[in-house]
Amino acid sequence: MSMSGAVLPSQRHFRRLLFLVLGLVLTFLILPLFIILPLSFTDSRILTFPPTGWSDQWYVTFFTDDAWLVPLKNSLIVGGFTTVIATVLGTLAALGLVRAEFRGKALIMALLISPMVVPIVITAVGLFFFYAWLGVVGTYFSLILGHTVLAMPFVVITVSAALQGFDRTLLRAGSSLGGRPFFVFFHVTLPLILPAVVAGAIFAFATSFDEVVVALFLATPEQRTLPRQIFAGIRENISPTIAAAATVLILVSIVMMGTMEYLRRRSERLRGVRPS
Amino acid sequence: MAENDGAGRRSVDDGYGQDLKRELRQAERQEKRRAIGLLLPALLLVAITFLAPIGLYLYRAIDNAIMPELMPQTTAALAAWDGAGLPPDAAYDALLADLAAGKETQALGRLARRLNYSRTGFRELVLGTGRNLAAVEARPAREALVEIDPRWGQNEWWATIKQESGAITPFYLLASLDLERAPTGEIERVAPEQALYVLLFIRTFWISACVTALCFLLGYPTAYALSLLPARITNLLMILVMIPFWTSILVRTMAWAIMLQESGPVNGALLWAGIIAEPLPLMFNRAGVLIAMTHVLLPFFILPLYSVMKAIPAAQTRAASSLGAHPLLVFCKVYFPQTVPGVAAGALLVFILALGYYITPAIVGGQDDQMVSYFIALFTNQTINWGQAAALGAWLLIATFVLFALYSRLVGLGKMRLA
Repeated sequence: MSMSGAVLPSQRHFRRLLFLVLGLVLTFLILPLFIILPLSFTDSRILTFPPTGWSDQWYVTFFTDDAWLVPLKNSLIVGGFTTVIATVLGTLAALGLVRAEFRGKALIMALLISPMVVPIVITAVGLFFFYAWLGVVGTYFSLILGHTVLAMPFVVITVSAALQGFDRTLLRAGSSLGGRPFFVFFHVTLPLILPAVVAGAIFAFATSFDEVVVALFLATPEQRTLPRQIFAGIRENISPTIAAAATVLILVSIVMMGTMEYLRRRSERLRGVRPS
Repeated sequence: MAENDGAGRRSVDDGYGQDLKRELRQAERQEKRRAIGLLLPALLLVAITFLAPIGLYLYRAIDNAIMPELMPQTTAALAAWDGAGLPPDAAYDALLADLAAGKETQALGRLARRLNYSRTGFRELVLGTGRNLAAVEARPAREALVEIDPRWGQNEWWATIKQESGAITPFYLLASLDLERAPTGEIERVAPEQALYVLLFIRTFWISACVTALCFLLGYPTAYALSLLPARITNLLMILVMIPFWTSILVRTMAWAIMLQESGPVNGALLWAGIIAEPLPLMFNRAGVLIAMTHVLLPFFILPLYSVMKAIPAAQTRAASSLGAHPLLVFCKVYFPQTVPGVAAGALLVFILALGYYITPAIVGGQDDQMVSYFIALFTNQTINWGQAAALGAWLLIATFVLFALYSRLVGLGKMRLA
């Protein structure tokens, strides 16, 4: 009995080892990203660590040089359109998936999320031949559609997960009180699933904003996105501007992650308050 | 329950019951129609801008329309030939006509390249013959062609043309597995010095397996330690897992390209600590690929495993300990078996994602560390061999699908966790 609460010495050693591993792995995960930050402020023209002096010239270059401004603009255009189309279509599809039981539902779900499963090079090459055949390689149109089809599964999964716990009697209540379907959707359904829709939209934007392989095959220099430009930079000449660009991408990622985390905690809190 | 059902049905049946039933059915049908209406835009988008392009692309793996197109007469003339000895005179006449037509339309280069995939040497045979067509004059085609190149008097070249006559061919799919069809039609291995792709697939699977193993070795203790800590601390530490998870693969790979340089921080730290005497080569080799890919994929292993571990009640291991079991025994008999579903799901996901990797090996890997995806891109962009690229893609896709079917059995596609 006396032993049940105590920790054995061997167990203590084991725990110490375990937390050492934890520390090492977390360092391994985060260190490479932190290394980029000082590098982006180096005064040297090459990326050596540690930097010999400090300068903000690479950020000045990033935010003034067309070689980086145009890709940044392209990424925002493509990401914006992708987010809107993927979120609207993905949310509608998720609503359809939970609305009724019918044969082939599992197959439809599998088809909708298949773009997540197919290796990205196969998708990129397949889209390249398809859009080349249509004569629209090197247009925003093809790049946006390519990113949309990659991003939509994230919206479908996120929103249909939220709808699983959705109380459908609320819809019937809304209808029985005389609400027309559109009215009920905008005043009952949408407010309830909005956090999931926003989360899906963030996923969709992140997918497009970070995507490089499809852009590699579908974009000409005119539609070059930020990741595409970084990729070219890594292969041609690693200048510290790439580190500055990467830092910007990391910051955008952190903002998106923070928003997601906020939404998740919020929904957990709301669920915690309400008895199920 | 059955009685209730019966009673309900009876009451519905009398009087206006029939109408109610019909209305119910109608309402259900309408619901279904609405559901499909909601799904339709997304389904159309996926079908038109994803499934169709991928399907058309994969068709290139068997597409051989170029042969009937550029050798219409020869393929027709060879249809009746039994493949033994040399084809009849008609085939020589047809070949001469097809080559002349090809020269006219400047398609001989394409034809030469296509035939050269199937048998090395065909390029110069076709192009050389094309150049000398003027020398044929009014002589019989057989005599003239054999004089231009004696290989037209050998069975094997004709046998290859006959074999590749159809509008579709298994050639690329077989070649992707280092197989070929013998003139007799049997499938056999290609000569060892030509064998490339089996090794490429083995390498791809091996790198993926190594990355999966590394993710297990690093990820299991990490997820375990995270699940032991109080929620407040875990939430903070989780941020360190989530930031890399959210950062683009390209940026993380680039970070490693900087870290692993000869003059990079990793070598710098090791030199400073006196662990090594001179910089280790960490870039453009297997070590770099494994380090960077493990870094990119580790969160995919930790996150699902952590949620599985979090759900295991601590009371169980405490109970086992209090009953006198050694900690190691408690871990092996009580704790670990309950985490196996999480381990399997995480490992399978990491393995599947690793199979399709392209960017990371392309940046930090050397020539011998490139995976199947790299060659698909290479054959599409540079050494143009679209049939071969599509065939490699088809096999990669099949492997991915089989593993994903396993994954969805194990985890369920609907339950796929994103973050």
